[in-house]
Amino acid sequence: MSSIVEAKNLIKYYENLRAVDNISFEVMKGECFGFLGPNGAGKTTTMQMVHCVLPITSGELYVAGMNVKEKAREIKALIGVVPQENNLDPDFTVCKNLIVFARYFDIPKDVAEKRASDLLEFLSLTEKGDVVIDNLSSGMKHRLLIARALINEPQILVLDEPTTGLDPQARHLIWDRIVDLKKEGVTVLLTTHYMEEAAQLCDRIVIMDYGKIVEEGNPKDIVKKHFGKNVLEISYSEEILSFLKGAYHNATEEVIGDRINVFTNEPEQILSDVLERFSPREAVIRDANLEDVFLKLTGRRLRE
Amino acid sequence: MKPFSSYFKFPKLTYRLWKVWVRDRDVFMKTFKTDLLIPLLEPLLYLVAMGFGLGLFISEVNGVSYIQFIAPGLVSISIMYASFSECTYSSYVRMYFQKTYDAIVATPVSLEEVVAGEVLWGATKGLINGSIVLAVVAVFGLVNGPLFLLVIPFSFFIGLLFSSFGMCCTALVPSIDSFNYPFFLYITPMFLFSGTFFPITILPKPVQLFAQIFLPLTQTVNITRGLTLGIPELSMLLDLLWLVVVTVVFFVLSINLMVKRLIK
Repeated sequence: MSSIVEAKNLIKYYENLRAVDNISFEVMKGECFGFLGPNGAGKTTTMQMVHCVLPITSGELYVAGMNVKEKAREIKALIGVVPQENNLDPDFTVCKNLIVFARYFDIPKDVAEKRASDLLEFLSLTEKGDVVIDNLSSGMKHRLLIARALINEPQILVLDEPTTGLDPQARHLIWDRIVDLKKEGVTVLLTTHYMEEAAQLCDRIVIMDYGKIVEEGNPKDIVKKHFGKNVLEISYSEEILSFLKGAYHNATEEVIGDRINVFTNEPEQILSDVLERFSPREAVIRDANLEDVFLKLTGRRLRE
Repeated sequence: MKPFSSYFKFPKLTYRLWKVWVRDRDVFMKTFKTDLLIPLLEPLLYLVAMGFGLGLFISEVNGVSYIQFIAPGLVSISIMYASFSECTYSSYVRMYFQKTYDAIVATPVSLEEVVAGEVLWGATKGLINGSIVLAVVAVFGLVNGPLFLLVIPFSFFIGLLFSSFGMCCTALVPSIDSFNYPFFLYITPMFLFSGTFFPITILPKPVQLFAQIFLPLTQTVNITRGLTLGIPELSMLLDLLWLVVVTVVFFVLSINLMVKRLIK
């Protein structure tokens, strides 16, 4: 596999604020690559530099072998962008939005019309073709944004929080479409706050915090690396916590609200030990997940 | 900090700016039947109120009837308002509220081309509204000879001047409410003191000088009046030259200021 996005020592300043702080990463052709991190971590900034709407401060950034500093127009022609905030054209209907957008890519009108109707079908919007944007639900607007991003048949699809604020049905439809596109060989770059989304869709992720990459790799491998396989979750009580702290040295405990999370390789043993001595309201063994890693690496403090 | 001279560097533009123009035209075509009613009715109001009403008390100005004197002023004013409003309020809405520019710059169209396309569309609005008022004026028999037809291409050019100036304001204002300032402090004085409703020669010398230097509607009205009355003068070429210089400066400045505002 060859790389399609390559960033080396990438830095971005907004005046005096270092939004992206010397990061390097490589995205392979055809993979789904996720950027995770708290608000303000630099995810969106990084993606905007990749699709050439934000100039880089220093470092190197190549997309499809082209330097973003020299070939912005050519790179933008290869990319489809789904922005975080809806920027559909409210002056036009659903279908006209796609047709007008196709014009910016120099796509001939007949080709644009054919693609527009195919894309509306692909995103289950066929019946909404003549509806004005204001009359769409937020889920439909999101789907239309994706359809619009595909009008130039992009090699790279950039999605900035593609499912934030959507109901589960809409979210699953979008996930299915992303998987379809990946099968067709489209490289997908996305940012998300949903660990489940990243775990389901992404071949590889980077976790960013304060403009730096703090972890990268396959989501499952990352979880395994940090926590082993399982987490023991027990209702909080002071006695249980001090027992766990005293008895097991190769397990780590963390208190989250009214629960204690125990990260360990021997959850069954600890669980039976706990149940022998105490009677907690609840005690379960569950799989460790990306959210556990995320919170461990980026902390629990609110960022905004 | 960017060096001062960078604001006057001519931007790189390609044919793609027309795609932005076509987008705005498409939106306009959806509602133009109702949109055109206002530029049609407004000059009628002025002609009746000032030409027939006020005009009764004024026998002649510079050898023509008062209504004939103000007619080219009304044409010039309509171009100014149409182009300036398009690239202030309307462009600001597209830039800030609708995020239309954000959407377009993610395609092979550059921000410079988006701004240039918008300014050219603003100029087109000047052409459209100016031509409508010109037609009204012609129907009222307030033009002499065929020269008045030159006002049509001239209105596009003047539109470019005022849409560029409007776009500079859009690049600088902190919020949409701030447009009241350029309107009240610049456009309204221009409306009144550029020889639109009375010859500026009756003003004190320093005010005349101020109008000639800082109020480009003065030259606009001079040229429009010469063309509608069918009395071209050599000085109109000098006026035109001055307008070309001002337009080029504002056009380039509007694009560079907008880039500074939007590209962080």
